Amino acid sequence: MGANLFNNYGEAVAMILFVIGFGNLMLQSNLIKKIIGLNIMDTAVYLFLAEKGYISGRVAPIVVDGIQSTEAYINPVPSGLVLTGIVVSVSVSALMLSLTIRLYQRYHTLDLDEISLRLKKEGL
Amino acid sequence: MSRMKSEEEYRKTKAFHFFRWLSGEKDPYVGNLEMKPQKEYIEEEASLRERMRENQMVMDKVYDTRHNKWLFLFRRFYRIMAVVFCAMLAGLLLFTVSYLPPTGNASNPDNNEVAERYIESGMQETGAVNIVTGMILTYRAFDTFGETNVLFIATCCVMIMLMVEDAELKRQEVMNDRRFEPKNDAILQGAAMILVPIIFIFGIYIILNGHLSPGGGFSGGATIGAGMILYASAFGFKKTERFFDEKIYKITKVSALCTYGLIGIYYYVTGANGIENHIPLGIPGHIVSAGIIFPINICVGIEVACTMYAFYALFRRGGL
Amino acid sequence: MSGEMEFVQNFPCFSIMFCMFAGIVSSAFKEKMARIVNVAVLTLNILLSAAVFLYVAKTGVSYVYVMGRFPAPWGNELRIGILETGLALFFCVIMLLSLLGGRHKLVQEVEEGKQGLYYVLSDLMLSSLLALLYTNDLFTAYVFVEINTISACGLIMIRQNGRTIEASVRYMIMSLLGSGLFLVGICMLYDLTGHLLMSNIKMEITQIVAEGAYRPPLLVTIAIISVGLAIKSALFPFHAWLPDAYGYSTVSSAAILSSLVSKGYIFLLFKIIYRVIGFDVFHDSKIVNILFIFALMGMVFGSLSAIKENDVRRMIAFSSVAQVGYIYMGVGMGTQVGMVAAVFHVLSHVATKSLLFISAIGLTDVSGGSRKFIELTGSGYRNKCAGVAFSVGALSMVGVPMFSGFISKLLFSQAAVQNTVKMLPTLIVLGISTILNAIYFMKTVIRIYTPVNDREYPTVAWRDNKVYAAVLFCFVVLNILLGVCSQPIVDLIESGLMMFA
Repeated sequence: MGANLFNNYGEAVAMILFVIGFGNLMLQSNLIKKIIGLNIMDTAVYLFLAEKGYISGRVAPIVVDGIQSTEAYINPVPSGLVLTGIVVSVSVSALMLSLTIRLYQRYHTLDLDEISLRLKKEGL
Repeated sequence: MSRMKSEEEYRKTKAFHFFRWLSGEKDPYVGNLEMKPQKEYIEEEASLRERMRENQMVMDKVYDTRHNKWLFLFRRFYRIMAVVFCAMLAGLLLFTVSYLPPTGNASNPDNNEVAERYIESGMQETGAVNIVTGMILTYRAFDTFGETNVLFIATCCVMIMLMVEDAELKRQEVMNDRRFEPKNDAILQGAAMILVPIIFIFGIYIILNGHLSPGGGFSGGATIGAGMILYASAFGFKKTERFFDEKIYKITKVSALCTYGLIGIYYYVTGANGIENHIPLGIPGHIVSAGIIFPINICVGIEVACTMYAFYALFRRGGL
Repeated sequence: MSGEMEFVQNFPCFSIMFCMFAGIVSSAFKEKMARIVNVAVLTLNILLSAAVFLYVAKTGVSYVYVMGRFPAPWGNELRIGILETGLALFFCVIMLLSLLGGRHKLVQEVEEGKQGLYYVLSDLMLSSLLALLYTNDLFTAYVFVEINTISACGLIMIRQNGRTIEASVRYMIMSLLGSGLFLVGICMLYDLTGHLLMSNIKMEITQIVAEGAYRPPLLVTIAIISVGLAIKSALFPFHAWLPDAYGYSTVSSAAILSSLVSKGYIFLLFKIIYRVIGFDVFHDSKIVNILFIFALMGMVFGSLSAIKENDVRRMIAFSSVAQVGYIYMGVGMGTQVGMVAAVFHVLSHVATKSLLFISAIGLTDVSGGSRKFIELTGSGYRNKCAGVAFSVGALSMVGVPMFSGFISKLLFSQAAVQNTVKMLPTLIVLGISTILNAIYFMKTVIRIYTPVNDREYPTVAWRDNKVYAAVLFCFVVLNILLGVCSQPIVDLIESGLMMFA
């Protein structure tokens, strides 16, 4: 284990949340819980990126009073990445939810294993 | 058949008997061993039903997952292995995090010349006071265009799934909606009458001030979309359709995205070929400034608002 | 940019933006107009890609196209070389042929109002493929990977029966797992190096490896990115979504998905290996061995599962699993010759797999719509074009000389012999896999040419559906071209990979 684990505690928490979300997405059989896991996973990545941009003692990168030196502001690049990531997460969640609605209308269950079983039985 | 003997004599020879037995024309046991010839086998009604019932019992037993012992053990095993896998992944990622550069440190590898130029010359080169907006809409404009297309294509996919075109089904969806959603709720309508104009004005403020303060097309568009959703849930879709129905949705969305695309192409091609860009940068700090950022913010805001409202309407009613 | 730029150098940017425009504008149109716009954009892209390809082949050096006025590392960039433009041309041709070949089934299987949206999805899928081929920036690659995923999901679920919706849910779940890992990898790579443009990251990585300061997180990051992209392109343990998605969707979706979508991610992995991490660093970290082992297992298991299948389209889908295993085996060998073999197999697989899907639909149409083998008996006589095309595809998959599959197996064997450690497992598994391929493909070819007398299915001549017959003819010609005139193509691939780094 390296030296920075307790210093980077924000990132460590972000990684634990990422694994929780990842595990939920992969292992839960209820579709809504899978989508919640997806959202937890994405949010964990944004936490990680927000920690990355931070530099202690500096403010958000909006030019105030014409001060434009590098020592006054934090790194603006991770904030841009988070903006893109949030939009992608919203789109994908909406798509998964519409698929869930369709499946529920057809099979009246939210359990993905149950749906696979019924499809095998139907033998389409 | 023989060329040397006649038909009757041939029928008495052993060769004829052998070939007739071989081809199966005459059954040697009929009349010799059995008392009566075989009857054709007709399947009885009862045995047919019995067989189908057995078939159904086998199918039920096979697909009966609740009482299957092996499946139960496999599920236990799968769950334990899955938890072990997640724990290992967590350990691996924490191990990596412990070796990463420390947070908040000014001499990290990622605080390099890239961030330096964005902060120091950002306002002069892009005209935006908000450095992050300047970065995503000027320096890395292609990423933002791709991201807007992600929203667009997600809307298309949700429309494929949930949009109801058939007139009969559409009427049924509208009736279902009216049965389950609140109609003319007094508190909701009272609150909406006050809040919706404020939300719209606030959203427009966020969009227009994207380059001067935190905000921009995405957040402002989401706010306006939220206002539209509040209006639609308080006053019903009939009133919302007066100013926003499917045709207006298509026209605004396509024109917003096309305008963004045209500005984008103009910017990339003039930039790559070294041709001078004729969109003025303006004075930083004024609303109409920052070159291409101002019109792009408006286009993105319109598109995000349309998308948010479209998601709501498609989920609730199967149509705009 | 300094220096005089030719007009032809703008074409890659134009091709990506035109596809996006076509998609945006087609969403407002009805089906007929959307289809015309789609075909027009595809043809335009073929011409533009051909022009850039000739230009780059003539100058012999790859160039960088700055998107906007700011060069790397502050702005976005595209990098255009022989390999990228050649693959772009090839992918556009295959996409056009797949869409034309599957059009009559699309009209039958999809609702009226949603057919226009299908062409919107395919336009945006094409734009994301082109952007993945040309981009020089990791975060742009992530955004376009997401566009690719969402449009692939749309292509699967456009035919709305229970199977396809469940298949698209499974596909989205696996794809999102891969995307999540990929995003975490990009963020960590940004943290370690501070850049998002590929060439700059490489300079930083060589420095990190030389100094040894951040080596453990670098190894884990490389592993996470490789595993993320491997999940998305259906390497062996992550292939569960593949048979349902390819087997039950409409046929042009199956052809586009199986040939183009997974190859986009594989090409992105190639780019990351060459241009971000560096070939030697990637080989020194032992990730290549893990990919190699998964690839070998995938080759065997994919073929075994295909033998068990009773449904012809699921059988072809399982053979895709085996073929992706071949490509990763080429990557896993860790030599330049192995990479050349892998790229050639990408080309060969793209051409053959779409041919197989499109000819299989012709065979099932003359068997009463059923996909089981027992109904398909003798269908080669009922639909002669589809029968011949399917046989050509099957022979190419098995590796008969004169077809493209033979050349890729030959290249793999040559690459294996030059690598002493991995030679024996590679050759053994190649042999086993060829035998298994022969079992299920030859079984099908023999079955479709077994005459039966008591079927009342209609016979279809080529005149009944001229577009379909023309598409099959083009595919067969492409396959034979790749098999016969392979040496110039292999030389082009080698020079392209040299330019790649």
